[in-house]
Amino acid sequence: MKKQTLIYCSLALFAVLYFGGSWLYKNADHSVSQEKNSALVRPYAPTIGKENAKTVIVEFFDPACETCRAFYPFVKNIMKAHPDKIKLVMRHAPFHTDSYYVVQMLEAAKYQDKYFQTLETLYKYQDKWTINHKVTIAPIWGFLHEAGLDIEKLRDDMKRSEVDERIKQDIADTKTLGITKTPEFIVNGKPLKRFGYKELEELIASEL
Amino acid sequence: MNLSLSAWSILFMAWLTSMVAIIGSLFFSEVMLFPPCVMCWYQRICMYPLGIILLMALFPLDVKVTRYATPLVGIGLFFALYQNLLYYGILPESVQPCSQGVSCTSDYINWFGFITIQLLSLIAFIVIALLLYLFKKKVNA
Repeated sequence: MKKQTLIYCSLALFAVLYFGGSWLYKNADHSVSQEKNSALVRPYAPTIGKENAKTVIVEFFDPACETCRAFYPFVKNIMKAHPDKIKLVMRHAPFHTDSYYVVQMLEAAKYQDKYFQTLETLYKYQDKWTINHKVTIAPIWGFLHEAGLDIEKLRDDMKRSEVDERIKQDIADTKTLGITKTPEFIVNGKPLKRFGYKELEELIASEL
Repeated sequence: MNLSLSAWSILFMAWLTSMVAIIGSLFFSEVMLFPPCVMCWYQRICMYPLGIILLMALFPLDVKVTRYATPLVGIGLFFALYQNLLYYGILPESVQPCSQGVSCTSDYINWFGFITIQLLSLIAFIVIALLLYLFKKKVNA
């Protein structure tokens, strides 16, 4: 074969491999497989929305993650637009250093039925306790009462072994599902093909 | 003439290797959406020009290409080696604050239990280095 032809063929082959591969990858089924399904939703995970809704959004989030905070009202609005059709399951992915401690607060708040109030309070003041992705716990105690929590009880509940076990299970499930970034949304077992507000809205719409 | 063809083939293989590394790394970051860590960028800075200058040196065969390719391969090899030493824990990674960046020791792929992106990069640089060495020997012979 002529050298020139060889090069052109190689270049063409690389182009075919790349674009063909991309096409195949994007169109492949990236749904959560059957055996990993149990890692998606755990009975203890807090939920809002209709219990037996057809559309189930599982969100893996980190309370210290700014993008998670930004998505929270967005998802709530979508749910408001489709009442009784969507269930949102909250799963923890404490990837930031010391986020674990904040997730302990969230888990402990469940014993006072104040999970979502606590989450919203944490998000409201997120820039006070997470600066440049660095979590500092101390400022949180200054505003946490706004969630209507009994702080003494919360401190006690945070020490429960059940709290620890659940967070460890959440973290184990992020590993099983290959979740490395937050927020991660999985709608009826289907992850986002590309991250973004519009993409999430479309994915939810396609599953309604 | 036989000699130059063989030198050309060696250079061609080096170019192919660089192209596989380039296309592969682009596939990981642009199609599979793995965010590249900073070490990956340093290695890309060295690898991507190789895909161009090795190709240029094939037409017509430019035996002086090693002069321009060697520093790139050397620097890339250094970063690849360093990152693999970090990955295998031979060098300690200093404690870092949690940032939006990506840890350079995380696993995106783990084929057969040992093939990681870090290792693939190192292999690519080693292969290109060896091929360029063979090329140089062939040309000088």
